[in-house]
Amino acid sequence: MADVLARARGSVLWPVRAYLLLAWTWCRALAQYPVSLLLMTLATSLGVFAEIGAVVVVFVHAGRLEGFDLAEGLLVAGLAATAFSCADMILGMVENLGRHIRAGTLDVMLVRPVSPLVQMATDRFAPRRLGRIVPGAVIVTAALVACDIDWTLGRALMLPVLLVSGTAICCSVWVLGACLQFFVADAREAANSVTYGGQALTEYPLAVYGRDVVRAVTFVVPLAFVTWQPALYLLGRPDPTGLPDALRFTTPLVAVAMCLIAAACWRSGLRHYRSTGS
Amino acid sequence: MTSVRESTDPAGSAAEPVIEAVGLGRDFVLSEGPFLRRRRRTVSAVSDVTLTVRPGEIVGYLGPNGAGKSSTMKMLTGILTPTRGHLRVTGLEPSRQRTRLAGRIGVVFGQRTTLWWDLPLRDSLALTRHMYRVPAADHARRLAGLTELLELGPFLSTPVRQLSLGQRMRGDLTAALLHGPRLLVLDEPTIGLDVVSKSTIREFLLRLNAEEGTTILLTTHDLGDVERLCERVVVIDRGSLAYDGGLDGLRASVPAPRVLVVDLAAPAPPIGVEGGRCVRVDGPRQWLELSENPAAVITRVAQRHEVADLTLREPDIEGVVAALYRGAAVGGGA
Repeated sequence: MADVLARARGSVLWPVRAYLLLAWTWCRALAQYPVSLLLMTLATSLGVFAEIGAVVVVFVHAGRLEGFDLAEGLLVAGLAATAFSCADMILGMVENLGRHIRAGTLDVMLVRPVSPLVQMATDRFAPRRLGRIVPGAVIVTAALVACDIDWTLGRALMLPVLLVSGTAICCSVWVLGACLQFFVADAREAANSVTYGGQALTEYPLAVYGRDVVRAVTFVVPLAFVTWQPALYLLGRPDPTGLPDALRFTTPLVAVAMCLIAAACWRSGLRHYRSTGS
Repeated sequence: MTSVRESTDPAGSAAEPVIEAVGLGRDFVLSEGPFLRRRRRTVSAVSDVTLTVRPGEIVGYLGPNGAGKSSTMKMLTGILTPTRGHLRVTGLEPSRQRTRLAGRIGVVFGQRTTLWWDLPLRDSLALTRHMYRVPAADHARRLAGLTELLELGPFLSTPVRQLSLGQRMRGDLTAALLHGPRLLVLDEPTIGLDVVSKSTIREFLLRLNAEEGTTILLTTHDLGDVERLCERVVVIDRGSLAYDGGLDGLRASVPAPRVLVVDLAAPAPPIGVEGGRCVRVDGPRQWLELSENPAAVITRVAQRHEVADLTLREPDIEGVVAALYRGAAVGGGA
């Protein structure tokens, strides 16, 4: 029993520890060029502010969108920026899978005793990606203060759960996009339409896109659970597209299901990996 | 060098084979033709490999390009999942227990580095230490030993991209050995290296094998590697083993002819004499493959041509393997 427990702990904790160790080693290596690092971080932050600025412009002109005012719109955009940039920092590098397959570096990763997913995600791990998370988090905080939210204990407790779930869903989408590259060599662009495209989509209250798009991103690629359903929950609104209100409470379940699907696809991809000739 | 064996792991007892493969095979499904009329065709990269390697052996794994060498190596290291057959490496099933296996073996790919291109060698090795969970003290001790043997000192702080091929290969070997593996798998370790670097690496491998008892399996096209390192040679051709045995047995198994090199006083058309078949002409120098006693052939050549010099070449392992690749008749083993 103790043995099983120890192994379970090893199989869960070791990848996390390995991830942190490898990421830290890369950070230290890249910190040898501090000016470049600082400038890159600033530039990344500015990028986020520019994106959110576009959302602000839209709301200032339109006044309200589907009943969402500026502060509520910023809540949605901020949640999108935070979840996507967290996922990008944690697992964004896996989109290079195709390159690793072609260059044969995946073979090298496979003969090391650390999950290739962890190795790929930490490859050239750059702290500048923190520059995307910080502005997102600032905007979410500001929007939460500015919105008229009925702060119950349940809402306060659900907020971190929703953020973690949103990030987990985005991470799963990144991994699923990468898995495509096991089967189709140059699927990176196609995957980006869901990863980066998904971020652009979820920056606005989803109802503006109409009923069919909302259903697609609820039931096919469940990006609606990254920003839209959490925002409806926090604001205590009924769904304007007529989907049942109970959906918003399934967000953590959707996140778990997506992670399981992504893990299964990754494993299957590795088993079917054919390597390249040398 | 200090001992690098794992002591707590019962699976690695000396009697157990390091590699045990029975009927190992891997197929690839290829899709060909235009989109709508695409056909699927199954190709065997490795069709039937049965091989047992015992602890402490150095085995050369030879074969022409496309014979299935790399595919076999990839199955042994867990990169590729076999289509059929039984495979155990240090008692583990590579494709299912790849991560555990990785801690027990060291792998060097001659054509691609396992080091990080942008990091100094020292940092690359530190990353490796974290991945293999080697205690800091063990790491420092082994690194000191390997630094001395492979003379890494002068370039430990150099980014890997600036290393010469020979330096990089020594760095790769170090990275593969810092966790004290019992099996070292080398895929063309001396490819592209100069004579001195080749010899450094060969002597190092022999010493590693003698002092640590590390089992070594290497693929190579360099027959110098084979002659210097391998007591046992396994030849794979078109997915199946063509030979498995000692180097001497390999020589004996293929009747490779001796070659007489004749330097004529002046360039001449190919010499045609009984018992000697001209296989190559380069200016005044000609190569004759002998099918009978050299003395008789030399006499015949000297009778008809003005000869400046003569050399008799014994068949080398290269010629033997080339003959094997061409599909000459061989028994299944030695």
